[in-house]
Amino acid sequence: MATTLTVNGTSHEVDLPDEVPLLWALRDALNLTGTKFGCGVAACGACTVHIDGEAVRSCQVPVGDVWGEVTTIEGLGTPDALHRLQQAWVDHQVAQCGYCQSGQIMQAAALLAETPNPTDDDIDAAMNGNLCRCGTYPRIRAAIKSAAQGA
Amino acid sequence: MSRIGKIARRTFLFGAVAVAGGAAFGAWYVSRPAPNPLKPAEGETSLNAFVLIDGEGVTLVAPRAEMGQGTMTTWAALIAEEMDLAWEDVRVIHGPPAQAYYNSALMGEGQTHKGYDASAFQNSLGEMMGVLGKVFSMQVTGGSTAMKDGYERMRVTGAAAREMLKTAAAKRLNVGVVELRTENGAVIAPDGTAIPYTELAAEAAEVEPPRIELRERSEWKLLGTSLPRVDMLGKSTGTAQFGIDTRLPGMRFAAVRQSPTRGGMKSYDAFDAGRMPGVEKVVDLGDGLAVIATNTWLAQQAVDAIEVEWDPAPYPETTEALVAAVEAAFDAEPDSVLRDDGNPERLPSGATSVEAEYRVPFLAHATMEPMNATAWFDGQHLRLWCGNQGPTFLRDACAAEAGIDPEEVEVNVTLMGGGFGRRGEFDYAVVATKVAKAMPGTPVNVTWSREEDMTHDYYRPPAIARITGAVADGAPVAFDAKVASPSIAEQALQRWVGFAPGGPDKGIVDGIYNQPYGIPNYRVAGHKAEIVPPLGFWRSVGASFNGFFHECFMDELAHAAGADPLEMRLKLTRDEWLPAFYALEAVRDMSGWTGKTEDGVGRGLAMVYSFGTPTAMVIEVRDEDGLIRLTDAWIAADPGVALDPSIIEAQLTGAMAYGLSAAMGEEVTFAGGVVEQKNFPDYEPLRMAQMPRTQVQILENQERLNGIGEVGTPPAAPALANALFDLTGKRVRDLPLNEAFDFYV
Repeated sequence: MATTLTVNGTSHEVDLPDEVPLLWALRDALNLTGTKFGCGVAACGACTVHIDGEAVRSCQVPVGDVWGEVTTIEGLGTPDALHRLQQAWVDHQVAQCGYCQSGQIMQAAALLAETPNPTDDDIDAAMNGNLCRCGTYPRIRAAIKSAAQGA
Repeated sequence: MSRIGKIARRTFLFGAVAVAGGAAFGAWYVSRPAPNPLKPAEGETSLNAFVLIDGEGVTLVAPRAEMGQGTMTTWAALIAEEMDLAWEDVRVIHGPPAQAYYNSALMGEGQTHKGYDASAFQNSLGEMMGVLGKVFSMQVTGGSTAMKDGYERMRVTGAAAREMLKTAAAKRLNVGVVELRTENGAVIAPDGTAIPYTELAAEAAEVEPPRIELRERSEWKLLGTSLPRVDMLGKSTGTAQFGIDTRLPGMRFAAVRQSPTRGGMKSYDAFDAGRMPGVEKVVDLGDGLAVIATNTWLAQQAVDAIEVEWDPAPYPETTEALVAAVEAAFDAEPDSVLRDDGNPERLPSGATSVEAEYRVPFLAHATMEPMNATAWFDGQHLRLWCGNQGPTFLRDACAAEAGIDPEEVEVNVTLMGGGFGRRGEFDYAVVATKVAKAMPGTPVNVTWSREEDMTHDYYRPPAIARITGAVADGAPVAFDAKVASPSIAEQALQRWVGFAPGGPDKGIVDGIYNQPYGIPNYRVAGHKAEIVPPLGFWRSVGASFNGFFHECFMDELAHAAGADPLEMRLKLTRDEWLPAFYALEAVRDMSGWTGKTEDGVGRGLAMVYSFGTPTAMVIEVRDEDGLIRLTDAWIAADPGVALDPSIIEAQLTGAMAYGLSAAMGEEVTFAGGVVEQKNFPDYEPLRMAQMPRTQVQILENQERLNGIGEVGTPPAAPALANALFDLTGKRVRDLPLNEAFDFYV
C-alpha cells in the first residue's frame, strides 16, 4: 500500500494504509516532527501544513487522498534560511511553549499568500482555528503584520 | 507560646514537611553540599553543577522545566551575567534530575503569613525551610518560584565560576587576580590579551571557589533587558524537540486507553485489535490497555477497537454529587482561619450588609501537547524522554514501576508543549514504563490521544465561597469569607513523596486570606472538602478561584457603598501595602479609568496579590450586535525586579488569557464517573478573535523579587465578570460565564 508523497520538494515512498492521516505519515514515517499532533479532529490547527500552497489540517487528510505537493514547517524555512514569517516570529519573540507555533506559522503563510496586507479582521478570520493555550495571540498578530509590511 | 512555637503550630502542609523533615534528618544532612551530578566527558570540565565548559564554549544548566515561561533563558542569564558571557554564545541544557537542582524557594512558600506583611524573621525562616527542598531532592518547577529560587543562588554560582577562572589565569600569568577582568567569555590580562574560558577550564576546576560579592544592579548587562530567548529559533522553525518528537532507532509507537472511571478493568477482548494493520502488541496495563504499533495512528485505531468493560468509579459519579461534597464541607469545622482581624459579626450601626455565594467548576489543563513519554527498557536500565516539572519524583516512580534502582534510570527532560501544573505529575511516564516493559530492548513513544489527555487529567477542583460583608460611610467595614474546596496539596504530596502531613491547607484560601486591603473586620476560613477524583495544581492554584471570589465581592461592596471600585481599592491599599496601591494607580492611568463608561461599553477592575506579586487588571467589554467582545485589557504587576521585561510581559498577557479562557468557557463535568469533555469542541479555549488588545506595565516598587508566571491568571476572571456587570447590570457568580452571556466568537 505504498503511497508516493512529495514533501518539501522531495519524493518519498510511504508504506502505510491509505486511510492513515498525512500528519502521522509525516511524523512517524518521515520523522518530520515539526508538524504537531494536538487534537486529531481539526479543532486546534497544530497540524497545519500546505498542500499546493493551501493550508490544511493534516490530521484530516488521508495519505491516499493527498492531491498535491506538501510543505511542512521544515520546508517553509530553516534556522539558517528563515522564511520572513519565521523571522518575524523571532523578532517579536512570539513563542512561549511553542507547540502550536508551527501550525500558526503555516496558517499565517497561507494567509499572506492570499492577502498580502491583512486587516485585523482578516487575521482573526484566518487564525481563529489555531489554538494557543499560552495566549501568544497579540504577538502572533504583531508578527503577521510586520511580515506583511516587510513583503 | 513562643513565637517559633506559634509559627510551627500554625504551619501547614509544606511547612509541616519542612519542620518535621528538619528534625528527622538533622542539620548535618541539610547543610552538606549536594553532589555535582554532571559527568563531564573527555575534553569537558564542570566548574560546578551549573557550568560545563568544553573546547567549543560554555554550557549552562537550567534545571527548571521550560513550558513556555522562559525559565531557561532567564535562569541562564542569571549565571551568564556574573560570568561575563556573551549572550549569543551561551548554550543551555536542562541537565539530569538531581538533588543539586532542588528548589530552595518552594518549601518556604508554605508559611501562612500573608506574604506582603512578612517580617525579616519570617523571610529568613522561609529561606531556612527552603533548604529542606534539598532533603527531599525537590527538583520542582512550580509555584512561580524559579526566579525567586535562582535570583541569588545562580548569580553567586556564576560569580564563583568567574573567580575560579580568573584565579587560574592569575596563576598562569603570574599576576594578581585583581589585575584581571573578564569579558565575553574570556579573562583579560593586564596587557589586554584575552584568554578564553575554554582554555582555562581544566585549571579553574582545581581552584577552590573564593568568596565573592554580587554585582550591583547598575552593573548588569544582561539582566533587566529583554534577551532573545534561547528556545525561540527552534520553536519558530519546527526544530525544537518536545517529548512527543522523540525519535530513536527501531522505535515503536503506542496509544493507550485507561479506565475512563479510573476504576480499573473488568474484562476485555483484544483478539481483533491484535490483528489490525501495524499492530505489534496489545499490553494489559491493569487499569487499561496499550497498543504498540508501527505508527501512532494505527495504534490509536487498534486500542479504540478493543471491547472493554470497566469497573465503576471509586468516587461519586456525577458533578452534582461531587459538588454536594464540597457544599457539605461548610458544615464541618474550618480547616483554617488564616485571617482573623477585628470581629466581622459586630458591625457599626448603620452598616449595610451584603451576602453572596460564588462557585467555580472543575477545570482541565488542556496543554497543547498531549501527555506522552518515550521509554526504553533493556531489563536493567530504563531511559526516559519527556517533559515534566518534577524529574526526581518521576525518576523514582518509574524506577519502582520497572523494579530497578533510581540510579538505573536516565531521565531526559525535553521542552514541554505546555505545563500549567499538569506536568508536575508523572503518570504518563509510569504508563510509558509499563508499555516499554512489555517490549524490552525497543524504545516506545507512548502518546495519549486528546480524548485520553482530557479525561485523565488531574483537575483543578471546584470551589464555593460564601461571603458576607458590610459597608458604612462609603467603605467596606467587614469581609467574612468561607471557602470550601478539596486539598490539592494533600493528594499531590501523597503522589510525589508518599505521604501528606496533616494540618490546614493554605491552598484552599490562597488569594483570599492574604489580600493587601485594610478592612477592619476581615476573616477568612477554609473548609476542606473530601472528594477523591484526581486533583492537581492548575496555574495559580487556589488563587485561580479565590481571586475571583475576593475581587468580585469587592466590586459588590463598592457598589453597595456607592464608591468607585478603583478609588475604593486605592484607599484600602494605601496604608496596608503601597506596592498594591501603585499597581492600582498604574492601571487607572493606563486605562484612563474614570469610573464611567459610555452605553454599550463595560469596564471591570481586579487586583490580586499572589505568589508575592500584586497584579492589577482592567478589562473592557463591548456589546457588538448582541454579542459581547473583550476589546482591551490593561495589566500592571510588581514582581520587585524585572529580570526580563519581554518575558514578563508575555507571561502576564498569557496568564491573563489562560484565566479568561477558563472564565469564559471552560468546565469539566462528570457523568457515570466519566469526564464528559473529550476534545476541544467540548472544552473550548479562548481563540485569536476573542483575545483583547493588551497593555502591560511592569513595576518595581516592592523590595523582594517575586513570582510572575502565574500572577496574571487570578485577576482575569473577576476583572471580566466585573466588566460584564458594568455592561449589563447582571452579577454572575458562577463560572463559566458563557452560561450567562453570549460572547463574540
